[in-house]
Amino acid sequence: MTSRALRPAVLATLTVLVLLVLSPFALVAVNAVKSPDEYATDGPLSLPDSLYLKGIADFWIRVDFGEKLFNSFVIAFSVAVLAVVVSVLNAYALGIGRVRGRSAFLVFFLLANLLPQEALVYPLYYLSKEVGLYNTQLAIVIIFTAIQSAFGTYLLSSVFATFPREMLEAAAIDGAGKVRTLWRVVVPISWPSLSVLFTFFFIWTWNEFFLPLVFLISNDKQTVPVALGVLQGDRLMDATTTSASALLGILPAILFFLIFQRTLSRGVMSGAIK
Amino acid sequence: MAGGGYPEWIGLDNYTRLLEDDNFWASFRNIIFLIVAMAVVPTLIGLVLAAVLFDYVAKAIGPRTASALRSGFYLPQVLPVAVTGIVWGWILNPSFGALNAILTSAQLDGLAKNWLGDPAYALYSVMVVMIWFQVGYPVVMFMSGLQRVDPELYEAASIDGAGWWRRFTRIAVHQIKPEIYVVLVTTTIAALKIFGQIYVLTRGGPGNATLVPSYFAYQNFFEKAQVGYGSAIATVLALIIVVLSVVFLRIQARDERRDLA
Repeated sequence: MTSRALRPAVLATLTVLVLLVLSPFALVAVNAVKSPDEYATDGPLSLPDSLYLKGIADFWIRVDFGEKLFNSFVIAFSVAVLAVVVSVLNAYALGIGRVRGRSAFLVFFLLANLLPQEALVYPLYYLSKEVGLYNTQLAIVIIFTAIQSAFGTYLLSSVFATFPREMLEAAAIDGAGKVRTLWRVVVPISWPSLSVLFTFFFIWTWNEFFLPLVFLISNDKQTVPVALGVLQGDRLMDATTTSASALLGILPAILFFLIFQRTLSRGVMSGAIK
Repeated sequence: MAGGGYPEWIGLDNYTRLLEDDNFWASFRNIIFLIVAMAVVPTLIGLVLAAVLFDYVAKAIGPRTASALRSGFYLPQVLPVAVTGIVWGWILNPSFGALNAILTSAQLDGLAKNWLGDPAYALYSVMVVMIWFQVGYPVVMFMSGLQRVDPELYEAASIDGAGWWRRFTRIAVHQIKPEIYVVLVTTTIAALKIFGQIYVLTRGGPGNATLVPSYFAYQNFFEKAQVGYGSAIATVLALIIVVLSVVFLRIQARDERRDLA
């Protein structure tokens, strides 16, 4: 094939593929704003005659979606902040402090990363009941702070291992203690890595389903994915209500993606993950 | 029911019971299919897409087009897994779903199926959903890996008369091996742990057609209150994941040493 014929052919194929990948999003968006009557007569492919927002509004009120957004935000934000703090402290000891048994610690954190949540769920369930934390958001915050900071510790330790020694020595000569060096030298310099970690932790925690499903039993404590997930198969969920619920689940995810995209490309570029 | 009654020491009975349980074997057979859908197929598609986007689209058409297309492929990855289940549960619904409605309006009624409710199609339907969900991840990883490939290697190969396909298989794939390893390991582990989509789409059904270990363990823990049996399933799953990761890490380390030598 000549290169002049190739160009439109490749572009057309790729465009079709991307549209195929994006078509579920389009279907959801179109049918979330369609009235049930119109869906019944015209089916999923027609564009809605008018913008019908009652389906989304009704669903929002029915599941108290504002509350679910708030719950998800509080949990994801607390976990992201706490897990970054714990990761920094651990990695400061392991990557820069070079404590004894360093590699054993790293293997331990690597293993903790690999363990599936399925293996953790029952012990955590039992323990949380014993200490009265079952069905509280605090339980989820503690559990995910531990899980995420296992990954964060592993990653940051290798970033900190290459931290320029001269800067640490200069800080020591200036009389800075360990805490001051951490706070004034290490944290500011590795800020791009920390913001990437924060972003990952926030999005991962927001998207979590399995453990929140098990631990958050009361409706008023549930997160967005759990509240939407348990409704599937409910007889009140018709076609337009289901797409309205899907749209409400998709929008925050796309919003975070757009907000955080710049952090991610900047952070990775400045050598966060080596 | 924390604790599920009084625990009693029964040795390895739960594990021997597993070996005779059809559901256990079905859940691991289904996982093989899901590894194909979540690790193998996305890696292969991702390699071709990344190479075409990086090597052809970015150069012949423009880097902005390439990165817009990349974002398009990646978009499903940003969704919470439960939400992907909701989207596809609706599209594939036999009575009010979009796919059957589209087929009917295209006069293809014969192709309309009970996609998730018929044991003959349920697992394949879930596989297609998982390919859709996963494919953006390898595309992004491989495109960033390809930036490391020295353009001079490519030019030298062109001068030697190597065509696009040969350059792709001999140079690009070889150079981004670290990314391929990472993608294969992480996606295989993700397949072994799959829970959210199964919970929302099929709950393991119909029968055990889409049953997976994590959902099987969850059922025993929280629906049947068979904590010991659920723990046995979870332990087997955890062991497989740990062993697999160690094997992958070993292969990777050996490969890196060989490349250095």
